Amino acid sequence: MSIEMIIMQLGEGMLSTIWIFALTLLFSLPLGMLIAFGRMSSNFLLCNLMRIYISIMRGTPLMLQLLVVYFGPYYIFGISISSSYRAYAVIIAFVLNYAAYFAEIYRSGIASMPQGQYEAAKVLGYSRPQTFFKIILPQVIKRILPSITNEVITLVKDTSLAFSIAYAEMFTQAKALAASQKSMVPFIAAAVFYYIFNFVVAAVMEFFEKKMNYYQ
Amino acid sequence: MNILELQHAKKSFDGTEVLKDIDLHVAEGEVVSIIGPSGSGKSTLLRCCTFLETLDAGELSYEGNKVVTTVEGKAVYGNKKQQREAMECFGLVFQNFNLFPHYSVLKNITDAPIRVKKRPAEEVMREARELLAKMGLSDKEDAYPCQLSGGQQQRVSIARALALKPDILFFDEPTSALDPELTLEILKVIKELAKEKMTMVIVTHEMNFARDVSDRMIFMDQGVIVEETTPELLFRSENQRTREFLGQYHDLL
Repeated sequence: MSIEMIIMQLGEGMLSTIWIFALTLLFSLPLGMLIAFGRMSSNFLLCNLMRIYISIMRGTPLMLQLLVVYFGPYYIFGISISSSYRAYAVIIAFVLNYAAYFAEIYRSGIASMPQGQYEAAKVLGYSRPQTFFKIILPQVIKRILPSITNEVITLVKDTSLAFSIAYAEMFTQAKALAASQKSMVPFIAAAVFYYIFNFVVAAVMEFFEKKMNYYQ
Repeated sequence: MNILELQHAKKSFDGTEVLKDIDLHVAEGEVVSIIGPSGSGKSTLLRCCTFLETLDAGELSYEGNKVVTTVEGKAVYGNKKQQREAMECFGLVFQNFNLFPHYSVLKNITDAPIRVKKRPAEEVMREARELLAKMGLSDKEDAYPCQLSGGQQQRVSIARALALKPDILFFDEPTSALDPELTLEILKVIKELAKEKMTMVIVTHEMNFARDVSDRMIFMDQGVIVEETTPELLFRSENQRTREFLGQYHDLL
């Protein structure tokens, strides 16, 4: 099989990988914010619930979480799993896991804001939502962007964990091809793909960081 | 009419009494300075007047409207609308400016009048430029706070407070973060405002300036007002504690 053929075969897997990546970010970034709010809430129950949630998500392997989300409905509730559920399971597990990490990044960013910014906003008459969205959040985003970049790059590589429930993303395809063709080429093609993907991610994030460099 | 009236103000932090039964009245057009050693409660007093701290007990009114009353020894705050009305009466200038770093100088000044007060943008912009001209910062409207000196930042923050047209302006040690040269810049601006009959309450360590600019001076120590009188009388005070505190300044003169 020629290299073009291998890349063609991997192409579909690449799309799935990009799809996992995009959907995970789309849902986990806002969900992480909600979890961060819960974690910082003065409500004892909510705060501790979120603390436990984050602790479990960060304290157990993502691969295990994938298996639990995928097989859980059958083992726990006896619901038979359709093959279309596989894709949902991947997204659910990734979103739940990444939201926990993002929540902690948001929390650290919000906690690092000087109290004076809130006080100035209050004295000038800004409402609480105005203060958060117009004064605090833009500054928080600038502060946490390097940590977010780290997490997003990790996500690109973590998408390969979907292999554990046999979801046909790129890594799963590459492994199958390598086995059937008895060739290293699919692995090398996969490595190049992940590398370029992350190269682009890093470049995009750097662009945003530079854009926010107009103030200190 | 008194713009600010505070009576029997009490405030403790973790059992330490910081304000012990303080009264403060400020009439329209009056400039009042509050001096005293660190930890005497002067900043806390200002922060209680500006709702950044909650009074434990006491009564507070702005322009005759009661916003804090005391029921059975506990401070009771008025509803949201009453608090908002009270907060529209005053402005506050912070020791470390607290400008919004992600906004340009002009936006720092105009954002609250436009976004919060919903005033027409054009009019607000025009007034903001006038304020900047008055502060000698006309060429800085597009600059960001990090590009300005401390003195310039503090002048922007004064302009920001003035843009909301407060009836009384509080200064919480406005020059404590500045070197002597920049301090003079700010003091000049405050003197200029005093000439225009702006009502002001200034917490400061600049004794000569306070003496110069104030109609009335308050000396606080350990949570109480030790003396409250004209600058001339305060600097000739017979009170032991006042003399001790001012002694070092007398030595310098």
